[in-house]
Amino acid sequence: MTAQTTPESLTAKDFASDQEVRWCPGCGDYAIVKGVRKVLADLGVEREKTVFISGIGCAARFPYYLSTYGFHTIHGRAAAIATGTKLANPELDVWVVSGDGDGLSIGGNHMLHVLRRNVDLQILLFNNEIYGLTKGQYSPTSKKGTRSPSTPLGSIENPVCATAFALGCGARFVARTVDTMQKHLAEILMAAHGHRGASFVEIFQNCIVYADGVFSHFTEKAIAADNQLHVEHGRPLIFGADMNKGIRLKDGVPELEVVTIGEDGLAETDIMVHDQTNRMLATMLADMEPPHFPVALGVLYCDPAPTYDAATHEQIEQVKAEKSNGDLNALLRSGHTWTVGAQG
Amino acid sequence: MTAAATAKARKKEGRHEIDDVVIRFAGDSGDGIQLTGGQFSEATAMAGNDLATFPDFPAEIRAPAGTTYGVSAFQINFGAHIIETSGDVPDVLVALNPAALAVNIDELKDGGLLILDTGSFTDRNIEKAGYVSNPLKDDTLKKFRTVKVDISKLTLEAVKPFGLSQKDGLRCKNLWTLGLVDWLFGRERQPTIDWVAERFTARPEIAEANIAALNAGHAFGETAELPGEIGTYIVPPAELEPGLYRNATGAETLAWGLVVGSHLADLDMAFCSYPITPASGVLHVLARLKQYDVMTFQAEDEIAAIGAAIGASYAGALGVTSSSGPGVALKSEALGLAIAVELPLILINSQRAGPSTGMPTKTEQSDLYQAVFGRNADSPLAVLAARSPADCFEVALEAVRIATKYMTPVIVLSDTYIANAAEPWLIPDADKIEPFPAEFRTDPAGFAPFMRNNETLARPWVKPGTPGMEHRVGGLEKAHESGDVSYDPENHHQMTVLRHEKIDRIADDLPLQEIELGGESGQLAVVGWGSTYGALHQAVGHARDDGLAISHIHLRHIWPLPRNLGDLLKRFDKVLVPELNTGQLKTLLRSEYLVPAVGLNRVTGKPFKIAEIEAAIRDILES
Repeated sequence: MTAQTTPESLTAKDFASDQEVRWCPGCGDYAIVKGVRKVLADLGVEREKTVFISGIGCAARFPYYLSTYGFHTIHGRAAAIATGTKLANPELDVWVVSGDGDGLSIGGNHMLHVLRRNVDLQILLFNNEIYGLTKGQYSPTSKKGTRSPSTPLGSIENPVCATAFALGCGARFVARTVDTMQKHLAEILMAAHGHRGASFVEIFQNCIVYADGVFSHFTEKAIAADNQLHVEHGRPLIFGADMNKGIRLKDGVPELEVVTIGEDGLAETDIMVHDQTNRMLATMLADMEPPHFPVALGVLYCDPAPTYDAATHEQIEQVKAEKSNGDLNALLRSGHTWTVGAQG
Repeated sequence: MTAAATAKARKKEGRHEIDDVVIRFAGDSGDGIQLTGGQFSEATAMAGNDLATFPDFPAEIRAPAGTTYGVSAFQINFGAHIIETSGDVPDVLVALNPAALAVNIDELKDGGLLILDTGSFTDRNIEKAGYVSNPLKDDTLKKFRTVKVDISKLTLEAVKPFGLSQKDGLRCKNLWTLGLVDWLFGRERQPTIDWVAERFTARPEIAEANIAALNAGHAFGETAELPGEIGTYIVPPAELEPGLYRNATGAETLAWGLVVGSHLADLDMAFCSYPITPASGVLHVLARLKQYDVMTFQAEDEIAAIGAAIGASYAGALGVTSSSGPGVALKSEALGLAIAVELPLILINSQRAGPSTGMPTKTEQSDLYQAVFGRNADSPLAVLAARSPADCFEVALEAVRIATKYMTPVIVLSDTYIANAAEPWLIPDADKIEPFPAEFRTDPAGFAPFMRNNETLARPWVKPGTPGMEHRVGGLEKAHESGDVSYDPENHHQMTVLRHEKIDRIADDLPLQEIELGGESGQLAVVGWGSTYGALHQAVGHARDDGLAISHIHLRHIWPLPRNLGDLLKRFDKVLVPELNTGQLKTLLRSEYLVPAVGLNRVTGKPFKIAEIEAAIRDILES
């Protein structure tokens, strides 16, 4: 077993377990696990207080590859199980690792409720738009027309947008990043960790075997700048290779539009400034898609609210302060009682 | 005044002394029948009688008024001796409308006492009840001693001073009726008066009106000069084991048992549940007990409920979840996870009639297979069954002890009848129960997540947060001891055998099966489990009074079975297994012990009648 170490001395390497990583060569998950290990080291978290809980799928193998506490559970239920863990011990720093099938299909209901309750967890949703571990069926985030073993003629379903779903559920922290963008990934994970409450992070993750390149239309180096909008609170929504494109609200219509700075007399001051506490704006940013819009990355929404786990324990403490000292015999003898004695 | 002295004084009033009586209250589901029955039970318990109750109500919260399917009933059997069932047939029927009469009259004993609210016998209500002519005016009731009173009118008169609407006024009808029945059986009204005052603190006019109705019903009895054949009665106190008593339902005793059990195990409890009839009562009781280190969590569904409970156990609390059959079905995959990662977990199943939604408010014992076998793969766990509301407390303690000592899920089988029925409960002294503190491993030296205790085969329980012991668990097969993911063929075989062996070894830790009644061998063993206890015990007792060599065996431990059970059963010529299912324990006993057990199987949604068991005993002995 690993000996006890002080958090200061831990490096990214110290957060790796002794287990051999078994993802396909070239899988985006390697980049994510690398990023997470580095973030844990940078944050200086204590290994023993950190717990990774996952469901089922490629992403869900994640806990095996970290040297923290870990629980690989069942398909779709990680959010529910993590809720129980966090409620039982709020001191633990609990991360949930899920995928698009795990978190939005079989576990969609739990995702809804963990977000609306605002349980203090970091929820990482690895979105690769495919069922990898079951060999390539289309997932709830697959684009319409996706050909897969179960949809040989192309899928006929409309995909769900993970971040828009999270916002609709009432999530108080919603962010988006990409597996290969290590610096950005680290920044977003740090922000998610700093947020008290359910922090929902969608990570676009490339499945090299079954859905290779599904995000290349905005992640390919050559076109990334024109197709990615990196949002930052208090900064204008500007993007593009020449940093001359911006997002603003259409006149009189609650819709966003892309405009070019310098054209039609538009200046940087005409571009909308990102307000991460504005849920309506976050929802519109989440819905943006190429080719007409860039993909918004970064913290789309962050507006902290009381957490479910804290409120649960506040209620318990309040009742304890108001009521008896928890004497068990007082409980059993409450209400109408009577004595049957020798005298009858 | 002691209960005995009160009874003597009542007898001097010219009351007939009787040993026991069965009363059934029946009315519309909006008539407050359950409340009336509950209050009469309290007063009866305070009078020192032993008692058993059977609340029997429709699933509809407010079924259309006056319909037969909207009839709610509450039966109480009380006596001057030990009472073990809610009674086969009522001696007294209180029917607050024609539908309640129509549904219940066939079960009233010939010559039984029938109390009717004539005010509810309107043409429309009579027709809704399916009568072609008014039963008050034809021969329908001639076999019975009938008290015909316009309870509706008399209630409205009694509550007139309080300015209630006609609708609110009529709602006091049940208290008026209770007052009359209290008078007939010499019950004290004070517990009910106290209860009403507390319940309606915020609406004193409603409290006063209800108390006035209660007193008016009582006064009616005193002054109305009912015909002599009606009579008034006194049931002397029963000789119960000395001690402090209270009335309790199975939902309450289970909840309290879990609280006491988690304290004895030195654990916080995380009770995670999703509402379902008839299991929700346990959640409701525990939600009010946060001062006892109880956390309750109403999850979004059955799967999340057990998931959160497993998550809590993983964190080092006692995870408990509770449901009924259909909900338990949804939890089965997660149960498999708890078995695979070997964490303590308690699942309470308050069984109801099925399959599917079935009859949610009716009782059945048809989830034994589900509990013992109902999961994918070889996934053994421990199964316990409670026999009565009082027994639920001890079974809950036993469940906590086994779950934590053996690091295993434990299923506790209760049922609709036990969950809702009340009986006097000899309150235990929590300070005198031997604690069984759960052990957490904190020493990293030589630790591996799936190393095992030599005696119990339990793996160590480690709380996340413990330094130096970080490890991973999961539903993938694990290598023996190290807990690393393993696809090794021999390892899987070994782990499967170990999981099986661990549950089997629990039997070494259980008391040998005792015989409830009768000798250790004979003509016939009547073997039961769960809420049929009272009917089986009574029927076997009667047969033994007739000189038959019969014994009653009642199982608490369904899985693993007690070590001596097979030998015990083989000492009887015949084995009869009465169950409220099509023969689930019977099949288990036959397959485990190769004994020629036969079943008595009824699934009516109601408990067994003693007479049904007696008839089956006669049949099997004659065959």
